Parts: sequence; structure tokens; C-alpha cells
Amino acid sequence: MLELKNISFSAENEDGTTKAILKDISLSVDENRFIVVTGPNGSGKSTLAKLIMGIIKPTSGRILLDGEDITELDVTERARRGISFAFQQPVRFKGVDVLDLMRMAAGQQLTAADACKYLSSVGLCAKDYIKREVNTSLSGGEIKRIEIATVLARGTKLSIFDEPEAGIDLWSFKNLIEVFESMRSSIHGTIIVISHQERILDIADEIILLSNQGIAKKGTKDEILPELLGTSAAVNMCTGNTDR
Amino acid sequence: MLDNISKRILEEVADLHSVPEGAYNIRVNGKSESRNTTANIDITSKEDKSGIDIRIKDGTKKESVHIPVVVSASGLKETVYNDFYIGEDCDVVIVAGCGIDNCGSQDAQHDGVHRFFIGKNSKIKYVEKHYGQGDGTGKRILNPVTELYLEEGAEATLEMVQIKGVDSTDRKTIAKLDKNAKLVVRERLMTHGDQYAVSAYEVELNGEGSGTDVVSRSVARDNSFQKFDSKIIGNTVCNGHTECDAIIMDNARILAVPGLEANSLEAELIHEAAIGKIAGEQLTKLMTLGLTEAEAEEAIINGFLK
Ligand SMILES: Nc1ncnc2c1ncn2[C@@H]1O[C@H](COP(=O)(O)OP(=O)(O)OP(=O)(O)O)[C@@H](O)[C@H]1O
Ligand SMILES: [Mg+2]
Repeated sequence: MLELKNISFSAENEDGTTKAILKDISLSVDENRFIVVTGPNGSGKSTLAKLIMGIIKPTSGRILLDGEDITELDVTERARRGISFAFQQPVRFKGVDVLDLMRMAAGQQLTAADACKYLSSVGLCAKDYIKREVNTSLSGGEIKRIEIATVLARGTKLSIFDEPEAGIDLWSFKNLIEVFESMRSSIHGTIIVISHQERILDIADEIILLSNQGIAKKGTKDEILPELLGTSAAVNMCTGNTDR
Repeated sequence: MLDNISKRILEEVADLHSVPEGAYNIRVNGKSESRNTTANIDITSKEDKSGIDIRIKDGTKKESVHIPVVVSASGLKETVYNDFYIGEDCDVVIVAGCGIDNCGSQDAQHDGVHRFFIGKNSKIKYVEKHYGQGDGTGKRILNPVTELYLEEGAEATLEMVQIKGVDSTDRKTIAKLDKNAKLVVRERLMTHGDQYAVSAYEVELNGEGSGTDVVSRSVARDNSFQKFDSKIIGNTVCNGHTECDAIIMDNARILAVPGLEANSLEAELIHEAAIGKIAGEQLTKLMTLGLTEAEAEEAIINGFLK
């Protein structure tokens, strides 16, 4: 359903020189798959997600969704074709409340009761949150959960989550895994999760390891996980040792 | 009988769909169109000038007064003086508001001078909405003056809204607070086209334990100009906070002039002012939900001014 063909992305350094962030990435993702992208800090995981969503455009290469070339489409058009993205650092809005945001995600016909269901599924006591403003008064974990709920509410064929577990307490972690599992069975869409967490890697159909601007390894969890866990760098990575 | 334009304006400025409950005075094109008084709230016309006196008896609770104004005659220019005498231990809601429909070529202007004398331990909520419509070349001008005198323990909450259609406005609000009195102001303003809006506050905290919180949220679009000038004077043990939070768009200009004057060691005064354009990542986030950039902008502004 999603195909990346020879995608490269480079950014400008402050001194005007260009810096390669991703080089020649080719990747094909099938329908109804659960993919986990992992790799060290700064390896380009969020960059890859933003390229797929259209927030940034590749320096070269093409992106195809269900065979259609979407490389030139903007964020809105990609969203309408069925791509959703939960930000690593969710954006805050003064005055916009949680229900407003959920309705923007799911359509104005979303009832408060349905919005509550999505919020409850990410472990928020819905009635306390539905009228809360999505502003700086929400804690890091709360806003992260609301971000996940907006993507659930959209229910698109491709959902990308950038480090959804960051800031979510251990107790709720199990629920998060359940959220992904029930999302899979209800939407039958493809889910791409960027994560450093072993427990999320553990439910993947496929793991992609990014490193040195490219895909270092790709395979099923049985192929990748033992190797990943065997190296000390990976141990740090997989215990969630990121300060983000 | 009210015509359709007046009805539409009354809906905009006072959320009135029919005759309000409780006391009211509806003013249309310089004349009192209808009036109702209650056992506790009396309304009388002034003898010496244009305007009304509203007297609210001690202990009046859970009652409301509506005093909307409609101007739909091009070229009408009026200054109206309304005085509120609010007794002790009251709890009332006062809804004012002015709407101008100007289809003509001459300017239409309404300057309302409102004075509030709020008795001991009384609470009031005052809502004032401004609205303009009509496609004439004549300007729609509103220059309100609000004066508030709060006795010991009195509390006033002011909600001032001007979202659409007023070409020029110069608002002045002054308040003097006695012991333990509180004043809260929430102002919401949006200007577009070539509109001009000035809002100035001067709050004197004279009594021990008095406090105020004056907050303005505004959006300036197109070529409009806004000035927010808020001054708090602390003369004793008191608390004051003022904040201006503005979104600037297009070629608009915004001037924020927060002022604090402490005349006592015990005065705690704070001001905050922030002006900026809509954050790019806010637009991006809403676009990932399927909104266009223009829809995202509207959603952000609507939330901000809600
Ligand atoms: N616009 C940009 N300009 C310059 N450098 C950039 C830009 N965007 C990303 N980078 C750099 O590209 C690299 C990859 O960033 P990215 O955010 O994709 O990493 P990541 O794998 O998501 O890291 P983390 O695990 O910390 O979230 C980093 O070194 C980052 O500093
Ligand atoms: Mg990242």
C-alpha cells in the first residue's frame, strides 16, 4: 500500500552546507501490517514519518500510496487519502478543546459519547478531559494520549505514531499495546510505530532499523530482535533510554 | 415592533431571540423601543440628557438586566449615558451590547458611557458585545466608556466582545476598587479590513486586598490596527495581573502597552504581553487531520477567541 522509492532527504546546515539525513531509502509496506521503525536518536525516524505525511518533501525519490504517486501532494491531500500522523511532540492550541480537536479529526458528526470512547481507550477519564483546552495546562503524558486518540478517531488506512510511548507511564503501557492491537482488528489498516520500546517491537510484524542515514536492517521480529538486543547500543535503545 | 434588521442585531449582541426575561430596555435608533422593570430593578430615563438610570435594590439575586442598542439609521450619531446603581449583596447579570447596521454613506456612531456603582459585597457580571453589519460606505463607530466603582467586597466580571464589523472603536474603561473588591476583565477582539480598535484600561487598586485580572485576546487581520493599553495602579496591599495575547496576520499592526504603577511596597503587579503569528506547526497538525490551510487558520482563530 505504501511504497518509498529511493527517498533521500537533506537539510541545510547553518553554514549553508547541506547535510544528508536520509539516503536512498526504498521500502514497501503491505496492507494490514504492524511495522515498528527503530534506531538511535537522530537516525532520521521522525524525518521519515514527516516525509510520508508530506510535512517535508524529499530531496529526491518518489512516494506511492496504493499505486498513486503522492510525492507532490500536500499534507491535507495526503490526510484525505488516508494517512494519519501522531506527532512525537504534540502541538498545543490555546482555546481549542479536546472535543473540538477530536471533531476536526473524525468529522463534525462525532458525538461527545464517541469522543469519550476514544479518550477512554487511551486511558483518559473522558468526562474530565472532553472540555479541557489542548493548551500548556495538559501534562506531557495527557497530551500524548490525546494525540493518539485523534489518530484513532480518524481511523485511516495508514496511521503513523512517532514514539507514542514517550511520557506514558508504565502502568498504562499495557493499555497502549491493547490500543494498537484493537486498532489493527477494527480498522484493518497499516500501522507504523516509531519506538524504542522492546514491548512494542515485540508485537511487530516487521521491524525496520534505521542507522547511518539508511535502513540498516529489516525483517520479522524473530529475525531482528535477538540481534538488536545482543548489542549494547541496542540495549540502551530498547530500554527506552531517550530523554525525549 | 422590531424590524428584521433590529432582530438580527439583537441576536448578535445580546443573544436575544425574543423579549428577554427580567428587566430590559431596548434602544433602537435613538429611542427607547421597549422597557420592562421588576420589583427589584427599576429603569428610568434621564431628564437632562440621553440615557437611563438603572437602580437595583439591596439583596437582588439571580436577576438580569438587558440594555441592548441598535443603530440602523445611517448618519445617526449619539452619546448615551447609562448609570447603574447596584445595592448591597446583589448578584446580577447585565447584558449590554451595541449593533450597528449601516447601509448608507454616512457614518453611524454610538458612544455609550456606562457608570457602575457597585455596593458592598455585590457581584455583577457585565457582558458587552459589539457588532456591525451593512455594506454601505459609511463607517460604523463605537466609542464606549465604562466606569466602575466597587465598594468593599464587591466583584465585577466584564466580558467585552467585538468580533465583526465595527470600523472604529476607542474603548476606555476605568475602575476604582475598595477593600477586598475584585475586577475580572475578559476582552476578545478581532479586527479585519482597515479597522481600528483601541482599548484602554486604568484600574486603581485602592483598598487592601483588592485585586484585578485584565486579559485581552485578540486577532488582527488584513490592514487593521489594534492598541491595547492596560494600566494597573496598586496603592496598597493588592494583586494585579494584566495580559495581552494577540495573533497578528497579513499586514495588521498591534501595539500592546501594558503599564503597572506600584505606590505601595505591598502591591503585587504583573503584566504579560505576547504578539505573534499563528505557529506553523499548529497549521500542520490540523492539516494532518484533513483540514485545508485556510480551514486550519479559521479553527485556530475560533478557538483562540472562544
Ligand atoms: N530541518 C533540519 N535541519 C537540520 N537538521 C535536521 C533537520 N531536521 C532534522 N535534522 C537532523 O536530522 C537528524 C534526524 O532527525 P530526526 O528527528 O528524524 O531523528 P529521530 O530518529 O526521530 O531521533 P529521536 O529518536 O531523537 O526522535 C538529526 O540529526 C536532526 O538534528
Ligand atoms: Mg524522532
